[in-house]
Amino acid sequence: MVPLWLFLVVAAALFCIGAYGVLARRNAVAILMGVELMLNAVNLNLVAFWRFQTPLNMSGQAFAAFVFVVAAAEVAVGLAIIIAVYRNRRTVEVENMDVLRW
Amino acid sequence: MDFNFNINDINYLPWLIPVGPLLAFAIIALITNRAQRVPATQIEAYGGYRPDYPGLRVPVVTPFGRVASIVVGMSGAIAAFLIAWTVFFDAYATAHFGEGDLIFASAFDWMATGLTSFRMGVLVDPLTAIMLFMVPLAVVCIFIYSIGYMAHDPRQGRFFALISLFAGAMLTLVVADNLLLLFVGWEIMGLCSYLLIGFWYEKKSAYSAAIKAFTTTRVADVIMLLGIAYLYFETGTLSFREILYNQAVLDSLAGAPAIIFGGWGLSAAGLIGVFLIIGTVGKSAQFPLHIWLPDAMEGPTPVSAMIHAAAMVSAGIYAIIRMYPLFEAGGHPHDGEFTTPLLFMAIIGSFTALFAATIAVAQNDVKKVLAYSTISQLGFMMAALGIGAYVAAAFHLITHAFFKALLFMASGAVIHAMEHGEHHVHDHAHGHGHGHGDSRTTAELLAEATALRERRMLGSGIEADVIRAEAIDAHDEDHAHDDHDTPAHDPHAHEVRGHDDHPEGGFGEHGAAHPFDPQDMMNMGGLRRTIPVTALTFAIGGLSLAGFPLLTAGFWSKDEILAESFLGLTEGFGPHALVFIMLCLAAFLTAFYTARQLCLTFLGEPRTEEAEHANLGGAQSIVSITMQLPLIILAFFAIVAGFVGVPSDFPIFGAIFSPDYNRFHHFIGPALLVEPPTIQFNWIPVLFSFGVALGGLGVGYLVYGRRPLTAGQPDPLIETLGPIHTLLKNKYYIDDLVQVAVVQPSQWFSRNVVSEFVDRGVIDGFLHLLARIGNFIGDLLKTLNLWLIDGVSDGIPAGIGRFGVWFRQVQTGRVQQYLLLVLVAALLIGLLFIVAANFVQAG
Repeated sequence: MVPLWLFLVVAAALFCIGAYGVLARRNAVAILMGVELMLNAVNLNLVAFWRFQTPLNMSGQAFAAFVFVVAAAEVAVGLAIIIAVYRNRRTVEVENMDVLRW
Repeated sequence: MDFNFNINDINYLPWLIPVGPLLAFAIIALITNRAQRVPATQIEAYGGYRPDYPGLRVPVVTPFGRVASIVVGMSGAIAAFLIAWTVFFDAYATAHFGEGDLIFASAFDWMATGLTSFRMGVLVDPLTAIMLFMVPLAVVCIFIYSIGYMAHDPRQGRFFALISLFAGAMLTLVVADNLLLLFVGWEIMGLCSYLLIGFWYEKKSAYSAAIKAFTTTRVADVIMLLGIAYLYFETGTLSFREILYNQAVLDSLAGAPAIIFGGWGLSAAGLIGVFLIIGTVGKSAQFPLHIWLPDAMEGPTPVSAMIHAAAMVSAGIYAIIRMYPLFEAGGHPHDGEFTTPLLFMAIIGSFTALFAATIAVAQNDVKKVLAYSTISQLGFMMAALGIGAYVAAAFHLITHAFFKALLFMASGAVIHAMEHGEHHVHDHAHGHGHGHGDSRTTAELLAEATALRERRMLGSGIEADVIRAEAIDAHDEDHAHDDHDTPAHDPHAHEVRGHDDHPEGGFGEHGAAHPFDPQDMMNMGGLRRTIPVTALTFAIGGLSLAGFPLLTAGFWSKDEILAESFLGLTEGFGPHALVFIMLCLAAFLTAFYTARQLCLTFLGEPRTEEAEHANLGGAQSIVSITMQLPLIILAFFAIVAGFVGVPSDFPIFGAIFSPDYNRFHHFIGPALLVEPPTIQFNWIPVLFSFGVALGGLGVGYLVYGRRPLTAGQPDPLIETLGPIHTLLKNKYYIDDLVQVAVVQPSQWFSRNVVSEFVDRGVIDGFLHLLARIGNFIGDLLKTLNLWLIDGVSDGIPAGIGRFGVWFRQVQTGRVQQYLLLVLVAALLIGLLFIVAANFVQAG
């Protein structure tokens, strides 16, 4: 069998890549992609722990399903927001979206 | 206070005696003295005052107010008169009135003083009773006289209020049963003398005289109050009956040494006595506090009569007669043992009698002669009391009141007549045929002119005379225009103008250089023909004053004093001898100046034109009736009042008037614990009395009456006495001495020390200092406030604001930076959890 820690490492790596994407990309869509990566990493973590700790309890899988749903919804809303902002500001670079400041 | 008030009980009646006049005062002052304000230039109502500033409005009593005030005042006086005479006759009817319990007394607990209480009440003993006979009678006569005399004065209502208060105070003093109530009446009379002497208060000489009277008597009153306080301290009571009718108290007072001067042998009774006598020295104008009385002539004549005859000066003598047992305590004047108060009285009294008589000889003003005469006669009474002649002093007090009041009022009538004459003269001088046809109008005119003159508003001098002339001028023109004359309203008043616009000629010999003084006896003469009633009553009063033998009251009272002093002289007592000699001299001078006065005024030919035409304006006017009726009443008493005191062993007269005993002596005697003895009849003092009286009258007649003075002739006494005459005429310069020695230093002191230094320097300085300190503290607090409080409370928000401005820069609006912060925070928290978990595991 593949040991648990391998799964966790992969998930962590994915998470870090996703975090890097969120923090360092200029394009808003790319940030969303990073968020997706992070969510998927979390999902991987969840499933790994489910499989190895409580395989008989369905709540682990249910939880993972929740995360999928929320991720999907969130992407939809996020893209909608980006489109709305583009229509107003003609840009998708988050550096230019700093109106809500002091 | 026990309210078993039974009107039929005579003991309660004396309470009502002062009530009448006092109530009249209140009613007049508060209700009936209605006045209206007229501009001061409207002289027909106001009587000639120059306005202090244009537009000054002054109050003038309305006709209703005038009549109402007169009615109320008269009712008060008559009520007091009726009740007082009821009490007197009841007392007279009581046999041995005054001994032990046979007195009318009523008292109540007035003030609680610890375990005891001070009782206030009324007492009628024989001395009070005879005062109650004399005082209300004189008061009623004076009130009647005032109706006519002040008929045109713009403040007659106020006058009646004040003389009612005066009468009420005098009656309070007379019926008082303790020294405190007596002193209250005393002080109220002092106040009234101030108000009444300065009745015409716009006139400087009048208000100055009022101040002089009040302050001089006040000085004496302070000392009297000290005496009263000391008496209360020694005995714990001030009631007359408890002190004076009680031998134990008198002996203890005579035995105790005085609290000051005790080392010189002065007993407590002596010290108290001297202090009380000093009170009378002020009130009854003895030397050296006599200076106020002649100046008090500035007041209206009824006031002079009241003050100097019936009321005020009598009050002083009444007080010392009342306190006689205290003065006598420890000594026996009839045996030659004199106590200090008695010696004091004898010396001061006899000195004053002679002193004032000498001054009176050289006076030309008819009222001044009477003023000094009063001082002299009061000296007689005080000297009589000093040698122990209790009954004689009381007798002389009563007779003196009658004839002196008569003399004052008669002199007022004389002055009134002279003013009439003056008016008449000026009238004729202007060529208007204004005769004596309309007597009623004329009489009123005169009354008003008299009032104007007496006030002598504008002082003497050229100015005054010119304005008077203008006034007469204006009057004549007025008279030519309209003729409405009703008794109450005098339209022909004199209008005083502020400037001279009628410098017409025709003033005659009374030109601007010699202002006419109607009170100057040198301007009179021959008045017996024109004012016979006044002349006769004046003569009766004058003869009574001089002591004309046998027929006048003054003789009997004066003779008794001389007899008592002669008796002491024969027994070799020094004070008696002094008193006898000085009083004989004073009596001689009295007769002399009286004869001088009568001759100058009434005998001979008129010395001036005014005197030629002097008269009271017809017998029927209300003014002349009210002015002459009291004269007649008092003249009757000036003759008859003496006959109650004839010694019973006097040849012929004794058998007629006093068959069993000397009635006056018999009535007054029981007022003392030990009745004073009646003295044996002795020819020598009687001959002396005859001699001095007839001698003085004779010499006076020889000098002034046999060849009466003619116009312009100087007084023969001037060349006889030479420089002495100047000394006498200027009253021994005592007034000037007092002015320089007392008045001016006081004024300097009050101006420079009290006003400048103490008031403005010390007190104001202190207040300014306090103000400056307050200001300084205020500024200090203000600065503190600004720095600290405002600083802090403005500084904190400012600081917070600055911090906020700095801190808000966190909010950049960049989502990625927020997310970075979130990540860092999450990592930190995770680290914290791991560390915490490790600790938990390890520890």
